[in-house]
Amino acid sequence: MAVCFLRRIEDRQTWHMVPRRINHMNISFLLNGETVHLSDVHPTTTLLDWLRETRGLTGTKEGCNEGDCGACTVIVLDAETTRPLNACILFLPQLQGKAIRTIEGIASGDTLHPAQQAMIDLHGSQCGFCTPGFVTSMVAAGINGDTDFDTTLAGNLCRCTGYAPIARAAKHTETAPLPDWVATDRQALAACAKAALTAAQPGSGDALAALLVDQPQTRLIAGATDLGLWVTKHLTDLGPVAFLNAARDLAQITETDTHWDIGAMVTIETLRLWAVDHMPALADLLRRYASTQVRMAATLGGNIANGSPIGDSPPALIALGATLTLRRGDTRRTIPLQDFFIDYGKQDLQPSEFVQSIQIPKTDHDLRCYKISKRFDQDISALLGCFNIRVDANTIQDAKIAFGGMAGIPKRASAVERALMGQPWSLDTITAAHSAWAEDFQPLSDMRASAGYRLTTARNLLVRYFHDRAATPTSVHEVTV
Amino acid sequence: MSVSKPLPHDAAKLHVTGRANYIDDIPVPANCLHLAFGTATIARGRVTNMDLSPVKTARGVIAVITADDLPYANDVSPSAHDEPLLCDGQVHYHGQPLFLVVADSHLNARRAARLAQVEYALDTPILTIEQALSADSRFEEGPRIYTRGDVDYALPQAKHTLTGSFDIGGQEHFYLEGQAALALPQEDDEMIVHSSTQHPTEIQHKVAEALGLGMHQVRIQTRRMGGGFGGKESQGNALAVACAVAARATGRPCKMRYDRDDDMIITGKRHDFRITYQVGFDDDGRLLAIDFTHYTRGGWAQDLTLPVADRAMLHADNAYFVPHMRVTSHRLKTNTTSATAFRGFGGPQGMIGIERVMDHVARHLGRDPWDIRRLNFYANANSPKPQDTHYGMPVRDFILDDLCDELIKTSAYHTRRADIAQWNANSPILKRGIAISPVKFGISFTLTHLNQAGALVHVYQDGTIRINHGGTEMGQGLFQKVAQVAASRFGVGIEAIKITATDTAKVPNTSATAASSGSDLNGMAVQIACDTILSRMAEFLAHQYNKTADDVVFCDGTVRIGRREISFAQAAMACYQARVSLSATGFYKTPDVAWDRIAGRGQPFYYFAYGAAVTEVVIDTLTGENRILRADILHDTGNSLNPALDIGQIEGAYVQGSGWLTTEELVWDDQGRLRTHAPSTYKIPAMADRPDVFNLSLWGRDNPAQTVYRSKAVGEPPFMLGISTYLALVDAVSACGSGYANLDAPATAERVLAAVERVRA
Repeated sequence: MAVCFLRRIEDRQTWHMVPRRINHMNISFLLNGETVHLSDVHPTTTLLDWLRETRGLTGTKEGCNEGDCGACTVIVLDAETTRPLNACILFLPQLQGKAIRTIEGIASGDTLHPAQQAMIDLHGSQCGFCTPGFVTSMVAAGINGDTDFDTTLAGNLCRCTGYAPIARAAKHTETAPLPDWVATDRQALAACAKAALTAAQPGSGDALAALLVDQPQTRLIAGATDLGLWVTKHLTDLGPVAFLNAARDLAQITETDTHWDIGAMVTIETLRLWAVDHMPALADLLRRYASTQVRMAATLGGNIANGSPIGDSPPALIALGATLTLRRGDTRRTIPLQDFFIDYGKQDLQPSEFVQSIQIPKTDHDLRCYKISKRFDQDISALLGCFNIRVDANTIQDAKIAFGGMAGIPKRASAVERALMGQPWSLDTITAAHSAWAEDFQPLSDMRASAGYRLTTARNLLVRYFHDRAATPTSVHEVTV
Repeated sequence: MSVSKPLPHDAAKLHVTGRANYIDDIPVPANCLHLAFGTATIARGRVTNMDLSPVKTARGVIAVITADDLPYANDVSPSAHDEPLLCDGQVHYHGQPLFLVVADSHLNARRAARLAQVEYALDTPILTIEQALSADSRFEEGPRIYTRGDVDYALPQAKHTLTGSFDIGGQEHFYLEGQAALALPQEDDEMIVHSSTQHPTEIQHKVAEALGLGMHQVRIQTRRMGGGFGGKESQGNALAVACAVAARATGRPCKMRYDRDDDMIITGKRHDFRITYQVGFDDDGRLLAIDFTHYTRGGWAQDLTLPVADRAMLHADNAYFVPHMRVTSHRLKTNTTSATAFRGFGGPQGMIGIERVMDHVARHLGRDPWDIRRLNFYANANSPKPQDTHYGMPVRDFILDDLCDELIKTSAYHTRRADIAQWNANSPILKRGIAISPVKFGISFTLTHLNQAGALVHVYQDGTIRINHGGTEMGQGLFQKVAQVAASRFGVGIEAIKITATDTAKVPNTSATAASSGSDLNGMAVQIACDTILSRMAEFLAHQYNKTADDVVFCDGTVRIGRREISFAQAAMACYQARVSLSATGFYKTPDVAWDRIAGRGQPFYYFAYGAAVTEVVIDTLTGENRILRADILHDTGNSLNPALDIGQIEGAYVQGSGWLTTEELVWDDQGRLRTHAPSTYKIPAMADRPDVFNLSLWGRDNPAQTVYRSKAVGEPPFMLGISTYLALVDAVSACGSGYANLDAPATAERVLAAVERVRA
């Protein structure tokens, strides 16, 4: 599961003393074309529960309540973007100023959307429980002009059809015109009076910095793809929270002479689309980061700040030599990303401090990222190896190798790197580095993989990197019939 | 005629617009209460103290119910009365329901359920096959043994013998709609329960027991499930009974749905198996004798373990005649969730055993595994002398030689196999593999009395028709198929037929919609009911027009009586006005089945359904990662009632079967806790896991058995086509060295890599 909150809270004791009303929110959004104003909702009420239990809109289904099955997919529009999102881990305040289309609001009157009609005609539904989510994902993909359905529909699970008829239906709707409601919703949003932001909805990095100095115990919610599970699965009361979706200045990607600066609130999907042109290897990796629904909600800052040892972005960014800028009040500091991760569950993050941005150097690199998981799509890495080795005159000049899933934190393979440095770039060198791996990593066995498999495969991934650089086919996805 | 048309699913338009109602979508009265179980956090032991006061005082809690509060039966078992709804003091598995929270919301019920302070006296759990064997922990007194010939004599005579052992994991159903029930208390102690169940009569039975009522006072309704796959054959009992008990206690409607993690922890799964074998064969690869031993973990309660293990034994031959054969089956009782029905019901596990043997024999002899399979097939249906199975049933309808020959040709198996060998020789890291596997699956409940079905058909005076039967709709399209049967009988369009929620008040004493029997049984029962009405109508109309009943033809929405033609609606009105009954029940029982499960002899099946698949895969020898490149399927549906729905069943079953054997891994820790209890950790196939190239054809020849419109059952048989994926992976691994791959299932990347290392050793 991807992650999305920007800082940890040490003082859990205060939660129970915080009156609920401190989280009073003003929220307004469009629901299937109708304006909705809410001021008295609990901030961690999920859109799914609200739709089903309060509004009686039961077409949106709960399949897993953790963002892994896509049965609850709804379409969330704003002026620029159309995002299919998992309503089960989407809190109502995140919808401020958005237009939502649920399965009940997809058709135009009595005329079904072409995706709906194709799902009927091509037998894309059997039990029908996943169907609303597939339809909304398909419609969103159509609006975005994205016809890579293996990717756009990777976050929707179906247990009946084996997907073939759904893929046919998706293909069939490629040329569907934009639904009328895309334009009308956007017009209505533009005309709609914005609800006044409350303290819990900081409108900028500055406002957030001030809020955290004033109330250090505030828990920050960006995309809620990880924190959402705290609520839906662990049934945790998050205490005082702040929603960062209004802080648009934290969601920029900017270029300097030396590096790219990625704001903490940049979503993984935005980063992926950017990386397609700038760092294809990173884009390929992020293509396998959870699902479209999760990538469109989750943020880079969240993926880093929660300190997970199995987050997919940190190993790649560490292998690229990225740095991290942290902010507390008006004070900012920049540290190597790898130093942020101190130990399992422990990051270099001070009270009132938050992740502001990530810097990726614009130096030449030969990054390749290898994610190993039970399922290709929408799975958590058993291990993730990211390799960036510079070879000149067949000699290894620099080696940055970082792994996820091999230790309590995303971690450099320092001993392996040392064994490689200055050596000829050859399989013999890789073989000679064999024993260094066990110095770097003593992985655990868990439900994803055994320790032995992790270590063996980590070693083998360096062999893969060698062959991959030599353009020898190494991926089962390169083979077609 | 409506039958054989590829019509969409009857609810397709409701599905795509979000208007199809599942249990949790049914509007409920404002005073509806919501339930959640508090569950055990140990796998085995005794509850020494259970402090529920924090639960009772939690926000929104109305009541907390324990075993002591249950007025009547504390049992939700479908078989052996060994499955208490709420723990009676002894904990049998991690996740077992201990108490029931009744609250004003789903969330409040879930929150409160976690607040109990429970103390246990721990016992050492029996988790593994070894532990169960060593403790002699079983569901029957000893192993069950089916045998034919003299294996002990024949095995040593064989020129070649091989032994082997491999493990096959279980499988989580992962129906997209979790288990759910809604109980609505009625006047005079009656109870209506809406249940997401494949077996409304079982629910009715268990609810009546729990409330001390007759079955006539309990009514169960099931409009649809969001997937079942066997997981809702018995596993819905607990929720329905809990709702009924709580509704009785509070006098208010009660709803229960499991959160996904609870669902995966509490409910049963496919049985995992270990299969060991010793096989004797000649130089050509002809099998002379085989000795199989099955070990399966049934979990803590019997549930359906005995018939599942039986069916595994009955499919240990699959498509092959073996003169001397013995299958020994150990049904082990373990402190894990009670394993239950899952599409194939033991058949897939039994079948993969012999397919593994065929593969092992072929590789030992250096032959193409297809040749060994072909050599050992049962005699063709046209053969004057049918061969008997190891349980004494003659195989009279065998078509796999013809069917596979056709598939071998259309899939270009031989050419591709040669191409793959060449490709592999030039590919140091990636290796491809290809395999064919056939399926012969027995159709009928092995418990003979279950092979019956009832139907209720009404023709209204405007000529519209409403039908009801005992089968349930879980996505397989049963309702549409049966509606097509009715439309064909009456000669009307499908739009004239309305098929309604399964309801124990309309059709009583139904069997589970299981064993692939749904359309065979209920289609026939509906056909019989329709024909009863038709014969009354024909008799009356013939009399009216001075013709005989044989002169009356129902076709294209009209009724022709000799040269006269009236609309079906006019005919219905005329019959009504003449006081002709336009309502009838239908009843069907499968002929020719008789089975002695203790002796292991008889005719448990009415017929066999057949199919075969050729799958091609590629593996990465550095990581074990793998994927399906292409699948070619030829599957026997008889004269399909609806080819579109049948193709849907086949495609879906193939992918589900492949998932079972590749990515779907259930992991328990040494405390007996299931570690893969959510889709984040348990990985069913996703969109990109379907084959790149997926060719499917139907072998649509009439079923020689007298089934409804000569169709064949299609729910379970194609699941086992997924075995070809496992075999193709073995083939790819075998390209890496000369040893035997000895691949366990599911063949995760980790297991494939281990197998690669084995063959290279």
